[in-house]
Amino acid sequence: MKPAPFRYHRPRDVQEAVALLHDLLGRGGHAKVLAGGQSLLPVMSMRLASPEHLVDINAVAGLDEVGVTADGVRIGALVRHRDLERDAAAFAALPLLRETLQHVAHPTIRNRGTTVGSICHADPSAEMPAVLAMVGGYVVAASVRGERQVPASELFVGPLETSLAEDELAVAAVFPTLPAGTGSAMVEVARRHGDYAVCGVVATVSLDDEGRVGRVRAGYLSAGDSPAPLDLSAPVAGSVVADADWAAVGELAREVVPTDADIHASAQYRSQLVAVLTERAVRTAASRAQDGPHRLTDDEGHAA
Amino acid sequence: MSQHAIFSDTSAAAEPLDDGAVEQRVTVRLRVNGLTREVEVPARRLLSDFLRHDLRLTGTHVGCEHGVCGACTVLLDGTPVRSCLTLAASVDGHEVTTVEGLVAQDGSLHPVQQAFRDCHGLQCGFCTPGFVTTIAAYLEENPDPSEEDALEAVSGNLCRCTGYQNIKKAVLRAAELTKGEK
Repeated sequence: MKPAPFRYHRPRDVQEAVALLHDLLGRGGHAKVLAGGQSLLPVMSMRLASPEHLVDINAVAGLDEVGVTADGVRIGALVRHRDLERDAAAFAALPLLRETLQHVAHPTIRNRGTTVGSICHADPSAEMPAVLAMVGGYVVAASVRGERQVPASELFVGPLETSLAEDELAVAAVFPTLPAGTGSAMVEVARRHGDYAVCGVVATVSLDDEGRVGRVRAGYLSAGDSPAPLDLSAPVAGSVVADADWAAVGELAREVVPTDADIHASAQYRSQLVAVLTERAVRTAASRAQDGPHRLTDDEGHAA
Repeated sequence: MSQHAIFSDTSAAAEPLDDGAVEQRVTVRLRVNGLTREVEVPARRLLSDFLRHDLRLTGTHVGCEHGVCGACTVLLDGTPVRSCLTLAASVDGHEVTTVEGLVAQDGSLHPVQQAFRDCHGLQCGFCTPGFVTTIAAYLEENPDPSEEDALEAVSGNLCRCTGYQNIKKAVLRAAELTKGEK
């Protein structure tokens, strides 16, 4: 299993990269951008994809930075999952990032794979698209026409498909922080830790000024039609956290989240996971909303 | 215009470019196990094949070739990566350590290799190079793993012989040996 031949390009800066992508598109060439390659290279080796041109951005300067501001976390296109997972400032700003990254493949894959690449790959079983959608983040897309922000709600148009133009390069993803009074959680079930999730849930719970349950949202991986979060507030809105019927939120999710069967799980089993994992995630998110931002111990997740 | 899924039909993508007919070759210069190596290879050469075919370093094994089994794991600038999911051209200028590079200059085994021997952590040995490189890098950062940590450390590598119990013991034994050295 080897990739089919391609023309290899190694631009040194963003300007050169987007000029190249534009030029290749203009000449009718099919080009793919290579960052970590942890999803792209397997599909090329399996000959599921045979791009004529490969634009390797690993030598592009300035794309490997994690920037944390009061508004959110900006992740350059060459930031490896593992670097983001270890970034203390990013963790402090949005603990959901590290909590979720610990479920992204195995550490060896995270050492090379990039978070922005995973988002652009738009695999319905991937974790980071669901997180970007949950926090209302966006991707910064560069092209010869300049830069534009593509919100997650417009980015993910289908399985393995985004709204980025063929000559656009995603140079960064921005994850806004969550407002005070909002807790988050991510849970998933996989056959082995680090494998593709049979089902996963990213959830947030927001409390109102009186500390009662306000808004409950959940986004799904390996289930549902898109990573876009659903509003599941109805069964618990206005309840006190301790008395809220979180199981009813899980049951609501079972009803509204479509599931499919595959070799690892029947649709019915997957729906059972949707219900159970939703309940777990929203319970945890609610208690974190109540207790203030959750603080994993700093070395948590570094066991791997 | 949308950017199609990479699984999408590429036949719609116009005629090949006029220079596309000849396979492109690139010069790749890497520091491998402390030695600088420079070879001209096809642009599509995977790092795993670069090591095995072009440098004849056959200690790195190739199992699944799509990132699942971990047999091809090498250290890229000291960090474990799948060499079958890495293009040689993409890591031009970097430093690679293979299982051959873990052995001391006098030929004595690396503590992880010694631990695999002590604990009977291998049977057929096919997966072993990937385990050894992964664990060597893991112990640098986590010198004192618990049993649970040890299992987690090797969860990205497949072994079809041992049932993993002796590999888990080898991780703990390697940690002991490493500490004993200091």
